[in-house]
Amino acid sequence: MAQFFTEKELQHLYWRAGFGISVLELKKIKKLNKEKVVNTLFKSNDVENLLKTDVSNISTTTKGLTGEERNAIRKKQVEKLEEINLEWVAQMIKTNAVLRERMTLFFTNHFSTRIVKAKITLDLHQTIRKNALGNFGELLLQVSKSPAMIAFLNNQQNKKKSPNENFAREVMELFTLGRDGGYTEKDIKEAARAFTGWSINKEEGFKFKKQLHDYETKTVLGSTGNFEGQDIIKLLLKEKQTALYLCHKMYAYFVNPKVNSVHVKEMATSFYNSDYDIKTLLKTMFLSTWFYEEKNIGAKIKSPIDLLVGLSRQFGVEYEASKSLIFLQKQLNQMLFYPPNVAGWPGDKYWIDNSTLMLRLKLPAATLNKGIIEVEENEVIMDSMLEGLDTMSGEVRSLEKGSRYLIRKTKATTNWAVFLREVKDKNKQELIRFLIQPKLSSIAQKILEASMEESVKNFTIQLVSLPEYQLC
Amino acid sequence: MERRDFLKRSILASGATFIPSFLKAMELVSLETLSAHKNVIIIQLSGGNDGLNTIVPIGNDIYYKLRPKIAKSLQDTIKIQDNLAFNNHLKEIAALYDQGEMCVVNNVGYPNPNRSHFRSTDIWHTASGANKYINTGWVGRYLDANCTNPYEAIEVNKGLSLALKGEKLNGISVDDPRFLYKNTQETFFKGIATNTNNSMLTEDNQGYLYKTMLETYSSAAYINEKQKIYKTPIEYPKGKFGKNLKQIASFINSGLATKVYYSSLGGFDSHVNQVGQQDRLLETYSKSVGALVKDLKKQGHFKDTLILTFTEFGRRVKENASMGTDHGTANNVTIISGGLKTAGIYNEVPDLQNLDANGDLKHTVDFRSIYATVLANWLVVDDKAILNSAFNKMNFV
Repeated sequence: MAQFFTEKELQHLYWRAGFGISVLELKKIKKLNKEKVVNTLFKSNDVENLLKTDVSNISTTTKGLTGEERNAIRKKQVEKLEEINLEWVAQMIKTNAVLRERMTLFFTNHFSTRIVKAKITLDLHQTIRKNALGNFGELLLQVSKSPAMIAFLNNQQNKKKSPNENFAREVMELFTLGRDGGYTEKDIKEAARAFTGWSINKEEGFKFKKQLHDYETKTVLGSTGNFEGQDIIKLLLKEKQTALYLCHKMYAYFVNPKVNSVHVKEMATSFYNSDYDIKTLLKTMFLSTWFYEEKNIGAKIKSPIDLLVGLSRQFGVEYEASKSLIFLQKQLNQMLFYPPNVAGWPGDKYWIDNSTLMLRLKLPAATLNKGIIEVEENEVIMDSMLEGLDTMSGEVRSLEKGSRYLIRKTKATTNWAVFLREVKDKNKQELIRFLIQPKLSSIAQKILEASMEESVKNFTIQLVSLPEYQLC
Repeated sequence: MERRDFLKRSILASGATFIPSFLKAMELVSLETLSAHKNVIIIQLSGGNDGLNTIVPIGNDIYYKLRPKIAKSLQDTIKIQDNLAFNNHLKEIAALYDQGEMCVVNNVGYPNPNRSHFRSTDIWHTASGANKYINTGWVGRYLDANCTNPYEAIEVNKGLSLALKGEKLNGISVDDPRFLYKNTQETFFKGIATNTNNSMLTEDNQGYLYKTMLETYSSAAYINEKQKIYKTPIEYPKGKFGKNLKQIASFINSGLATKVYYSSLGGFDSHVNQVGQQDRLLETYSKSVGALVKDLKKQGHFKDTLILTFTEFGRRVKENASMGTDHGTANNVTIISGGLKTAGIYNEVPDLQNLDANGDLKHTVDFRSIYATVLANWLVVDDKAILNSAFNKMNFV
């Protein structure tokens, strides 16, 4: 193994572990050997950077309220969720501790919830954030006890007399073993009994309701005992399949959507043997030679968040109205805290259809060039975004929503001076290598060859307009 | 120099305007498809339309007892049969029914119903069971199995619904065909699309991006070119939904090779003050569909068109304290076509006596039976391959 990473490899590492890298950062770390680069990455991520949005003064109960009062609360919840969303995005753009943000994003999608309640959504977010570089078992336990997950997967309705299997099913199918991961319907039923009584108190915190818990014997995955919820979690972690499933998902996310099962096994062994230490797993991955293989570089489609955060970090893009970032997330189909379902966003080519691709291709140039992005907001989309579970109903939606199309003009400014100063020593070929991760297609090459005489600014706009810029 | 000029120079000056072979083939296809083929228009009433105030169980005491404030009185309905009547804002729909061009399937749903909008919408779009998560839609899988071009399924809207997303092929979303065309004709986009060659359409993500660009480019060109053929003389209701259905009629009457169209009308989530709000929406729906059918009939395409209307769930039988209804389960699905085999009320009316623990209707027809019937008997394709399972076929077509 060579002692140092190439610039391309460092860019690759920083796109996957973070949201790209600036010229200055690159200059700094390329002098370090591989081990030091990876250690630096982890060291700078010791901070948790908890979000600070204040969610304390939203009423937690809607009992006995009129429709209008419920509406007002619901509207406030939606607004707070947007505030949390924007704070998170701003942090992703500003922070040096990118790996913490990346892992928080990954696990937020792994443990997807969608519930229009700001406090418990933020609580779960902080829990994930705190544990994102810690121990997976601990994270799993904390998430399972989080009111957001309990509410989202109906564990409040999971009672001894009438068990609800929703959480028990998803904890196996989506969080640990994976579909067809060696459990049976019987395992789900029995595990559900162990989670009876895991509920939420009036202050929206975790509460174990003894009187609802089933204290009888259960048999799950071949073990029999007087199990409670945490015992089931332990049983699930004991299965090597859990490490394998997690690593498979991580490989697809961090390395290549086309999964190499030999490498996944290598990761899973390290993960399992470290008792699910997330840092150990990430280090195994980032220090492997296969992580940097050419076929893995530029193999992923940037998620909308990757694209937006990446643009802002690289070019100092700032939006005049911060809400623009909400519209763009919606239009590009990745609005944080509103995943499509408990399975989260599938990612990669599922980001792409004709309308999202058109917008994605136009977005970088429009942002960097004129600074104006026109987003036509479809209220039908917005409407469905706002719809949460029916725990807080009462919103009046009158009129034909589809008839109210809004054009949102978003103004953005780009800090060209800084970018141009940073890249002033780079020639055009170096600029291509710096901004584009995958190999250029023949047409992209042709376009760029014809543009070699252009100013650095025009050339850069050209680069970010290429389909290749959508990849990382 | 302006960016636009420089791009024009850089791409067009290269002179290598390579036209992919399938673009040429496309022109041949378009001639052939002037002959009529069967098509389906899917309409989602999103938000969860209250089926019981749409097709009303008149004369049912339980209905009036559970809905003292919002029940439709007899004079607010158009009678179908002794125990069923249309909401009187569905005049055009009732007329279609009288002409034997409509079939109403009652009590449609699925096991373990989910009462969340987005989850239940997902289930209807993907045709999955309540506890399966699938990333492709049923129309998308129809495209995968039976079609070669994205424009064979068009959503008239901004953005593409999950229903139209396949594994290999996505449908195409078109809000305004001229706008889409203009966008794809922009020098940079066109330059890339027209210079894309087969070696670039690799199996990886990069290839996928180029493929989507190319498909968007050629679909936009195809749609724009074909739809110039027809100008409708029919007047549609003002508003987005009427405009969307007008667009669909224009596509069909222009002879597009499209098999499935998709559109939606939102705002049905009537928790509060339901009556006026729902009535207005139903009127928009009825007038727009009425105009669409008139338009299609004029050109002789109605016998080849089937309009399937669904909503993600029905609403609770008992009204709530805010003069509205909360999320429920089973509901009616309507099929409107000039080529029905069985018109009328297809099955038993909702059983208000026998509700589930939440006070919601129990389903007796799985919605995937309707999909299977449309796929097998109307589009004449293998429904099992698309729905991943065999569902009982019905005989409305």
